This record gives sequence, C-alpha cells and structure tokens, in this order.
Amino acid sequence: MNMAIIATGLVKNFGSARALDGLDLAVAAGEVHGFLGPNGAGKSTTLRILLGLLKADSGAVTVLGGNPWTDAVELHRRMAYVPGDVALWPSLTGGEVIDLLGRLRGGLNPTRRKDLLDRFDLDPTKKTRAYSKGNRQKVALIAALASDVELLLLDEPTAGLDPLMESSFREYIREERVQGRTVLLSSHILAEAEALSDRVSIIRNGRIVETGSLAQMRHVTRTSLTATLRGVPDGFTGLPGLHNLAVDGTTLTCEVDAVALDGLLSRLASIGVVSLSCQPPTLEDLFLRHYASTTTS
Amino acid sequence: MIGVAGTRALIRLALRRDRVLLPVWVVVMVGMTAATSSAGRDLFTTVTSRIDAAAAINGSPSFVAMLGRIYDPTSLGNTSLIKLTTFGAATLGVVASMLVVRHTRREEENGRLELLGAAVVGRQAALAAALIVTLGTMLVIGALTSLALVATGLPTGGAWAFGMAWAATGMTFAAIAAVAAQLTMSARSANAIALGSLGLFYALRAIGDTVGTADEPAIWSWLSPIGWGQQVRAFAGDRVGVLGYPIGATVVILAVAFVLASRRDLGAGLLPDRAGAPMAPPSLTTPLGLAWRLQRGPFLGWVVGYLMLGFLTGNLAASVGSFASTDQLRDLIRRLGGTQVLTDAFVAYMFGFTACLTAAYSITVALRLRAEEESGLAEQMLATSVHRRTWLASHVTIAVGGATVLSLVAGLSAGIANAMRTGVGSDVAGAVAASVVYLPAIWVITGLAVALFGYLPRASSSAWGVLVAIFLLDELGALLGLPVWARDLSPFAHIPRLPGNAMTWTPLVILTALALGLLAAGVLRFRRRDLTTA
Repeated sequence: MNMAIIATGLVKNFGSARALDGLDLAVAAGEVHGFLGPNGAGKSTTLRILLGLLKADSGAVTVLGGNPWTDAVELHRRMAYVPGDVALWPSLTGGEVIDLLGRLRGGLNPTRRKDLLDRFDLDPTKKTRAYSKGNRQKVALIAALASDVELLLLDEPTAGLDPLMESSFREYIREERVQGRTVLLSSHILAEAEALSDRVSIIRNGRIVETGSLAQMRHVTRTSLTATLRGVPDGFTGLPGLHNLAVDGTTLTCEVDAVALDGLLSRLASIGVVSLSCQPPTLEDLFLRHYASTTTS
Repeated sequence: MIGVAGTRALIRLALRRDRVLLPVWVVVMVGMTAATSSAGRDLFTTVTSRIDAAAAINGSPSFVAMLGRIYDPTSLGNTSLIKLTTFGAATLGVVASMLVVRHTRREEENGRLELLGAAVVGRQAALAAALIVTLGTMLVIGALTSLALVATGLPTGGAWAFGMAWAATGMTFAAIAAVAAQLTMSARSANAIALGSLGLFYALRAIGDTVGTADEPAIWSWLSPIGWGQQVRAFAGDRVGVLGYPIGATVVILAVAFVLASRRDLGAGLLPDRAGAPMAPPSLTTPLGLAWRLQRGPFLGWVVGYLMLGFLTGNLAASVGSFASTDQLRDLIRRLGGTQVLTDAFVAYMFGFTACLTAAYSITVALRLRAEEESGLAEQMLATSVHRRTWLASHVTIAVGGATVLSLVAGLSAGIANAMRTGVGSDVAGAVAASVVYLPAIWVITGLAVALFGYLPRASSSAWGVLVAIFLLDELGALLGLPVWARDLSPFAHIPRLPGNAMTWTPLVILTALALGLLAAGVLRFRRRDLTTA
C-alpha cells in the first residue's frame, strides 16, 4: 500500500513534560484517517511535527515521501493544514485571508472557492476580527479545501461549527475521499471519526494505543444500555456481542456491539420494557474501559 | 457610574500580571533621578558654575526644544535635573498609556475580558481597575522620586513639586489612553493614538519654549500636558498651583472615557469597521505583500510624524542665531565658535534623537515576528509553501526599509524646511546626510531584535530594554561620568555627528557588518528551532 504518512517512534519533550512518547502512525494514501484522543494527548504536537513546525527529538517521519523538517516548503505545496485554534489577521477580510493562504500554497481553485463560500454560508467581506470562532474556522477550512493538494491535515476541524455546518463539512470530506485525497483528521469526538474515517488511530499520553478500521475495532463501537423490564431477564449470559452483563432484579445493564443491538432489543421487547436508556460510545468510555490503568473486566 | 463590581479582583489580577514590570519602572525612574541629582550636586558646586551651565542650555535652541528652559539659573535642582524634567514626564506618559491599553483594549481584543465580563464584573470594572493601577503607579513613582530627591539634599518643596509634576503628567496621558481605548477595536491602534498625541504635545511645547521668552513660554506650551509639568517649575518657584491644569484635564478626560465606555458594546469600538474586499488584491500574494499590508497604516502614521519632526528641526535650525538675546549669550556663542557651530550641534543633536525614535520603529516592526508566532499566525503561514527565511525576511525588510525611508523623510523635510527659511538650498543634502548617517546603528538594533527572536523567542521584547539602556547611555552617560568604554557600548556613540564633524566611514562599515551578522544569526537560528505558540 502507498503510504502518505509514516511515523515511527516519535518522541517530543517540552522541557520536562513529554508530549510524544514513541508514537507510531501510518496513514495510507487516499484514506480518511481519524486521529482520536482526549485533550492534551499529543494530537496537535504530532500534526505540527508532520508539518515541520516542530522537530521531533527522536524517531523517523516521512510525509508524502519527504522529510517534513528538511523539505517543508516542497511538501507544503502538496498539503493543506487547518489548525485547531484558528488565528487570523484582524485587519484583513475573510476573503483576503482565503486567497492569501491559497496563493501561498500554490494556487486555489476559484470554482471550488465560490462553491465552499456558498456551502459554508460565509460572508467574505467582513474583517476577520468581527468573525465568531465558527466563522474563523470556516475561513481556514475553505482556504484548505479549495486548494489542489494531496493531503489535508485537519486539527479538530469541526470545533466551533454548528450542526448544519458540521454536516456540510462531512459531506465535503466524503467528496474529497472520492477524489482520492488523503485526510488526517484529529478529533476527540468518536462519532465524528466514525462517520468519516476509513481507519482510526487512538492516541493516549503521547502513544498510539490502538489503530485499525472501526469495523475491526468492534469493541470501540459498543453501546452502553440499561433496561428495566417487566420480568426477570433470563438467558442473556453468553449471547454473542454482549459484554459486561449485569443483572439486578429486573434491571439489566450491558454493553452491546452494533451488530448485536437488533437481536438484543427484540429479546428485551419480548419480556416487556419499562424504561430503556442507551448511550452511544464515547471516547471517554473507551479509555475508561480499555486503556485506564485500573481496567476491570 | 455603576457597573464597577469586581474592580478589586481585577486590580489584583493586574498587579499580579505586572508584578515584574511595575517595580522595574519604579526602580528605573527613581534610580535615574537619584543618580542624576547626586551627579549634579558634585558637578555644580558653585553658583557661578550653575549660571554658566544654565546660560549654555538656555542659549541653545536644541536644548530648549528637547528639554525646556532653566528658569532659575542659580538653583541647583533646576539646573541638574533639566535633562530629566521633560524627558522623564514624557517617559511616564508612555508607561501610563501602554499600561492602560494593556489592561483594557488588549484584554478585550483577546477575548479575555469577555471571560471575566461573564463573571460578577461590572461593565466599567476593567477600565476602573486599569486606571487605579496606572494612576497609583504614577503616584508611587512621583512620591518615591520626591523622597529620593530630598535624600540627595535638594529642598523638600521643590522635590515634591518635581515628583508631583511627573505624576500629574503621567496621569493625564493615562486618561488620554483610556479614551483612545474606547475609540478603536485594536490595542495597536489605541496605542498609536495615545503615543501619537504624546508626540504632538511634546512638539507643541518644544515650539512654545523656543519661540517664547526667557521668562515665559509662548501659548503653545500651555496647550500641552508636558508643558504644564514644566511650568510647575520645580526648584525655580515651585508653582504648585499649575498642577491644577493636568489634574483638571485628567478628571475631565476620564469622565469622557467612562461615558464612552458605557455607551458601547463589549469588543466594539466607536470607530466602526467597514466591509472590505471579498477577494485579495494581487499585491497580497507573497509574505512581503502581507507584511506591508499589516504595517502600512502605522508606517504612514510615522511618515506624517517624521515630516512634522523634520519641519520642526529645519525651522528651529534656521533661527538658532537669533535666540541669543543678551550680550552675554552672544559672547558665549562667539567663544563656542559662532552660530554655525551652534546650528550644526543642534542639527546633529536633533537627528541623534530622531535616530533613537527610528530604532524604536524598527523594533516594533521586527517584534511583529514574535507577535505573529505567539498568536499562531506564523504557524499558518509556515504551513504553506513559504520558507521560514522568506517569512522572516518579509518583516525584516519592512523594519530595515521602513527605518531607511523614515530617516530620509526626516532629513529631507528638515533640509527643505530650513532652505525655505534661509533661502540656501545647498544644505538639503547635508541635512539628509546628517539623518541617514545613523542608519547603520539603527540596523544594529534591528539585527539585535531579530537575533533575540531567533535565539530567545520568549525574551524578544527585551530588545526594548536594550534600546532604553542605549538611550540612557547616550543622554546621561557623560553627565553620570561613565567611562568611555561603557558609553561606547551604544552603537550611536560611533556615528560621526554630522554636520560639523568629519565624515568617517570605518565605524559605519563595521556597524553595518555587525548588523548583517546579527540578522544572519537570527535567521539561521530561527530555521532550526521549533515554533512556539503562546
């Protein structure tokens, strides 16, 4: 497989704090890769190393076949970046910033620029100091998406976007994938990565703890479920796709794989349901269940 | 005037944030005054020596324009502190303005005030807290300065008049800055308005003092807060009643600031933003195009200021001879070498002062590099196909090129103004030369700021400390009896004083090489270091 990003054993210290602790990351060309982790796990530091803005203390990294620290400028013609916290020049208009960043990257597609402005509903004549956080985010996103690049590095790109804009963004990323672009998308929201990514890597304390397609990571997408029933639940133990089952009187608590949800619900309904609460999997749950040092299972 | 809840907490926050900055300013101002006062005591031991010194200063328009007049030549305090009276008051004006803007508009622009405003903090609390901290700092500096002067043996009444004149001048500029902070949306523009008005008031009193008589300045001095501070005449009559002008003005201007603050939204200015271009113009295609776009507004402001400064220099230079109103002064001038020598010395002094200002301009532009890095804007630029050296060079080009253009503007403007007064056109080239001869020294300071940015990015702003040290070395080094090697640490000390002295190329070549070396070191280091975001 042709790889867009290969990083092995990346270590980065800031003073006495260790931000990356032997991180390995592989992103194939043409895939949308989710880069998941809680705040402060090292996502932004990794992206900055991939851009050559920071130099890794040790480890090897190759981006689009080049070294991001020594070949930064040549590589940057082929990639675009949206930082997590978008700062803009306050005295410039949004349209000016989009053009400036696009031109500095080597040109931007005017048709796509116009299309993106419409889709994201952004007024390009406003001075950027008058923009809200979400609108500043849109400026950076439009500048990145309107460029003809092979690789997009997006650091929590939907933070600050409203749900409508978030769905416009997802739609656009899906179109990008069809065109064969590689996207590395960092996020702390599992559902977002799930909706967009072919594969995900999960980072915690500066290391990758899990990587693969979400289909392979079934346990990641378990739903937590608590049901109070009309009768005592019987015969649930050992059912495929059911985990951490606990029965207390007529109340059943468990985690269930997405594929087994259907079967479980019909069995519960046959007993009779008084109340039911479901929680989609969150990254926090995932860490608590699988990666915390005090794991119990 | 409601809405000041939470002021006390904000005052504590401001004091905590400025726990290093404020004591440093207090120590610098008080220490400088004490050192100057005790040096003067040793220098002017007899009344005759004071009268001679005062006659030389009052007879020289350059001194009168820069420092003001000595109104009582027999007074030890008046004579020995003349270098600090006006210059110190203006420095306090700068400190007060920047403090007020730092704790009001800058906080608002960064969105931090929004965070605080959502807590139990009144609408006027930030302004009130910033002013209490700033006015308090001015009073502390004024009082400690007075005590230091008493300790060095000067009369108590004069010492307090001196300290309080300083404090009152600083307070007036705090009030002006408070209004400026309501008008604009950016802290940079608010600072530009406040400091621009300070420059204007300094120039107003320079005109008033030079055009006026030995006993009374012309009306222009009375239109300037800096002029009011001078007219208190510490150690030369102690006209404490004149303090009523700055105090009254402070109260009125502050009332305006609070009314303006109560009438606007958080984050908004009174000067509104207009819609701009939906597409970037072709000029905005390169890092240099962006740097120019960001710097052109302030630069044009500086050009206007330099046109006025040059005009002032040229006009005053033309009338140097006519100031000698008494036989005694005419005799003194003849002994010193005639009016041409005086004119030359005046022109050289004015351009030396202008060069310090130009160096300050180049530092503000060079430190933009750090501001862009801290805010994450550099990150976005350098994530595109822009070389680190190209990005750095874009801002350095504006710093070096801008300083060069400003030097030319000051020289040309002075030369033309002078030629129009005297009818002798040949001196224009001389005035330009006298101004641009300082450029190598200015470039060294620019280079130093860039080297600091490369090696010690978090300490970049110490370039300002270096400039202040250089300025003090130049202005006070001889007076304080510092050894020659110490005074030679200032790059300005090696510049031939034109006109009136021989042109020497060697120091200019060495300084230029040093500047290039510092720039290259800064660039090379920056290419190898991590970007640091705040």
